Amino acid sequence: MSEAMRVPTMAEYMAEGKQPEVLFWVGCAGSFDDRAKKITKAFVKILNKIGVDFAVLGTEEACTGDPAKRAGNEFLFQMQAMTNIEVMNAYEVKKVVTTCPHCFNTIKNEYPSLGGEYQVMHHTQFLKQLLNEGRLKVEGGKYKGKRITFHDPCYLGRANDEYEAPRELLRKLEVELVEMKSCKTRALCCGAGGAQMFKDAEKGDKEVNIHRTEEALETQPSIIAAGCPFCNTMMTDGVKNKEKQDDIEVLDVVEMIANAEDL
Amino acid sequence: MSYLPQLLFVIAFAYAVYFFARNVKRLRRNILLGKDVDRKDRKSERLSQMIRVALGQSKMVTRPIAGTLHVIIYVGFVIINIEVLEIIIDGISGQHRIFAFLCPVYSFLIGSFEILALLVLITVILFWTRRNIMRIKRFLSPELKGWPKNDANLILYFEVVLMVLFLTMNAADYQLQLNNHEAYVKAGAFPVSQFLLPLFENMSSATLVIVERTAWWAHILGILFFLNYLYYSKHLHILLAFPNVYFANLEEKGKFKNLDSVTNEVKMMLDPNADPFAEPAEGEGDEVPEKFGASDVSDLSWFQLLSAYTCTECGRCTSECPANQTGKKLSPRKIMMDTRDRLEEVGKNIDANKGEFQPDGKQLLDDYISREELWACTTCNACVEACPVGIDPLSIIMDMRQYLVMEESAAPAELNNAMSNIENNAAPWPYNQQDRLNWAKEA
Ligand code: SF4
Ligand code: SF4
Repeated sequence: MSEAMRVPTMAEYMAEGKQPEVLFWVGCAGSFDDRAKKITKAFVKILNKIGVDFAVLGTEEACTGDPAKRAGNEFLFQMQAMTNIEVMNAYEVKKVVTTCPHCFNTIKNEYPSLGGEYQVMHHTQFLKQLLNEGRLKVEGGKYKGKRITFHDPCYLGRANDEYEAPRELLRKLEVELVEMKSCKTRALCCGAGGAQMFKDAEKGDKEVNIHRTEEALETQPSIIAAGCPFCNTMMTDGVKNKEKQDDIEVLDVVEMIANAEDL
Repeated sequence: MSYLPQLLFVIAFAYAVYFFARNVKRLRRNILLGKDVDRKDRKSERLSQMIRVALGQSKMVTRPIAGTLHVIIYVGFVIINIEVLEIIIDGISGQHRIFAFLCPVYSFLIGSFEILALLVLITVILFWTRRNIMRIKRFLSPELKGWPKNDANLILYFEVVLMVLFLTMNAADYQLQLNNHEAYVKAGAFPVSQFLLPLFENMSSATLVIVERTAWWAHILGILFFLNYLYYSKHLHILLAFPNVYFANLEEKGKFKNLDSVTNEVKMMLDPNADPFAEPAEGEGDEVPEKFGASDVSDLSWFQLLSAYTCTECGRCTSECPANQTGKKLSPRKIMMDTRDRLEEVGKNIDANKGEFQPDGKQLLDDYISREELWACTTCNACVEACPVGIDPLSIIMDMRQYLVMEESAAPAELNNAMSNIENNAAPWPYNQQDRLNWAKEA
């Protein structure tokens, strides 16, 4: 890494009487999970490099409540939601970007009726916008011509109808994008959603992540690209289970962009 | 000329309509046992969704083979029903082929009905083969054992019988026309049934009239019977698919509804100025529902109940379900079928008890849908996306989970851990909220 990351907080901005362009919602996985932290850092490095004026909530951020809601605990969800909304509204947040499709979905769709109305973007959408505005340049670099398959996160794809932004970024990386037999609207879940990440699976004959990994392996990729820290964990575990970790990497789209630039 | 056939026809027709109306009333009453949900907004969007998805079958063709076959039967069904209109008018008025005066148009119509009838026959045979001979996974699920499988086949046999009767009726009619029988006006074109003529050539006109009349009667009585069979069958979708798609969710699929009653409570808790002992303001108060989530059909919304009756049992949802694909007990189709079965049971209970439901010690949860099924769902929305008629099995799963957690505190232990972590340290894992920014200091 060339230089230290700059990660200003909303509190710091507030103290200077300034507003950042966008709030980066890091999420629980992005803050605490070792694998997901790499995604967080890759995103920050890109933001730093092209000079996007962003801030995080830091210790004022709390779980969006997504797993609680999907586990059926509406009360806990709304407690989390209202607390977060209170913090964000106090900072007069207008625009939010996040590397987690679950946070993205919850803040975008379920916060407004509780008083939290923001423009919310998934990081791939945000990066695509920067690309279109000419602020971000993406070139093939080390991934040029590599065979890559993209796993659609349920909460970005079907839940919010965004299939193109991550693919457009991948195409800019000049990769050979190969689709799995179920993709986009018919993509198969990695198995983590609906709070499954935090519990053992019910009795069955296979784990969902193994099933999805098998579909990914059928495309013979050198990289499985993902857009969600939970999918990332599930697919990484799947690849390990198949003992393919030496041949196949599981990377977030934003990590690929950062790596291509050698950030 | 005797009026007896007309009289018999009117009686049969009136009885069929009466019986049908009774079932529609029962259907409506059962659906309205559900809770209210606002699906009356955004009318033009709803209309165009209905035209696209229900009328236009746009989601059927995502599976090209089954989709195309279904479109043939669907178009056949809709168009051949124009002929039924003539049959009914004939039956009531005692005329024969009352639209015959339309000459070339009439010939064109009858000709197309015949071609469609043939296509429908072929398609039905293919469908039967898919269901009974080819081992297609979505037709082998345990929830299809017994009545659902028989129902599916019965529908196919019905269609065969109706089409064969229709073509027989036309063939006999055509032969009578060729014989210059005075009661049979020369009208129509018979591109398919003409090939049946060798069967009838040597029959006397009297026999032919009997054949024609028998086929005519059997055909229309069959249709009236089929109409009344719908209520007991997955075939009800031919009617309900339209309202179901119209009232289907228009929001993003990831947006789950927020419970207003909880919002009020949470606001009170978070507001430092709120006086917990204060009198509730006018119009508020008593808003806390007696129950969170759903454990029985009456806790669901009318839309969810309408969907239960609409479900075609096609299993597209189940075949896309990651839990089901990996051998878990969950099948979103079964969720819908169970909801319908329980709703029917509740409806019958109400009928048997003079309009009042008498507790029967049963409910949708546990007696129909097990907890194991509910907890296997990843909320991935694949079932919702796959459904060709706008059904959202996931919403029922979520409502029932809500009941389990909020009314019975019956989440799996690991989930309870994750939830108490969220409550205590604002993350599903046991990390301190104060450490949330530590990553920024790591290289
Ligand atoms: S939302 Fe649940 S029931 Fe529907 S397909 Fe996904 S896992 Fe299966
Ligand atoms: S819910 Fe929809 S997809 Fe599933 S079986 Fe019923 S009609 Fe088919």
